[in-house]
Amino acid sequence: MTEKNKNIIAFSFVLVGIVFVALGVWRGEIESVLRKAVNICLECIGIG
Amino acid sequence: MADFFKKLKKRLRLTVQLVFTALSNGYVQGFAEGKIFRGKTKSVCVPGLNCYSCPGALGSCPIGSLQATLSDRNYKFAFYVLGFLMIVGAFFGRFVCGWLCPFGLVQDLLYKIPFFRKLRKLPGDKFLKWFKYVILAVFVILLPLFAVDAFGQGSPWFCEYICPSGTLGAGIPLVVLNEGLRSVIGWLYAWKVAILAVLIFLSILVYRPFCRYLCPLGAIYGLFNPISLYRYKIDSEKCTKCGACQKACKLDIKTFENPNSTECIRCGDCIKSCPHNAIKK
Repeated sequence: MTEKNKNIIAFSFVLVGIVFVALGVWRGEIESVLRKAVNICLECIGIG
Repeated sequence: MADFFKKLKKRLRLTVQLVFTALSNGYVQGFAEGKIFRGKTKSVCVPGLNCYSCPGALGSCPIGSLQATLSDRNYKFAFYVLGFLMIVGAFFGRFVCGWLCPFGLVQDLLYKIPFFRKLRKLPGDKFLKWFKYVILAVFVILLPLFAVDAFGQGSPWFCEYICPSGTLGAGIPLVVLNEGLRSVIGWLYAWKVAILAVLIFLSILVYRPFCRYLCPLGAIYGLFNPISLYRYKIDSEKCTKCGACQKACKLDIKTFENPNSTECIRCGDCIKSCPHNAIKK
């Protein structure tokens, strides 16, 4: 694969990534992440 | 002053690792009080494996967030986190592992501890390195998605049963600092501390065992290594295939054959070691 094609694939991933992030924000996933992150995650610390 | 900058340049990667770890875990009050940060910045993921329950953490762990979203009965697909991983992966690949991951830094420091016999790799390395993909598929994706309770809610299986970064960065400090948590620890906590203890020992013996064999985040970023915008190139006119790059690589990668291996964490040792200056960024 040429270096140019690799760059095209990488930039395509960046574009799809931006669309995905926007979709995630629109669906409210960001609030779900925040909700989980601002409370002590008992599973993460080994309490379950 | 010039001497200071010379030293800094020589230890650039370690400096970046330390600064990034300190910045992304800068909530000092959390360490003093045994609490975690509850601000809005936690809706944003950090690139490396950094538990959001670490008392100092100012952002969210992408692997924890991925499981939190997949296991949430309202979503079942994680656009936000997967999009974030695609963007970071497409730009940097496993550069994140080598330069920005706090648990990578911990393993780097542990490997500096002298030991009578260091290993290039663990026995069975060829098969063990595939294990991180199994962990990614089973513990990060399938179990949180499908092993659900009566209400359709799953659990973060990787965080719960495996993640030693969470145990080190969050479990131990919070249990030490917080009496309420100390009173409810049980077999699961002991299991996770045992995993961490084994990994600490292995990290003294062999370079970055968690990144090589277990890390699901490294597995994701590794898939981007061959095409990421930050990648290595071999100048075939200069390369003599002398093998100096492989000798210098602590992950034992044949850089002259595969400069963008899914295992490469972009530490740059191969570039420094090449006598012909044949490896370019």
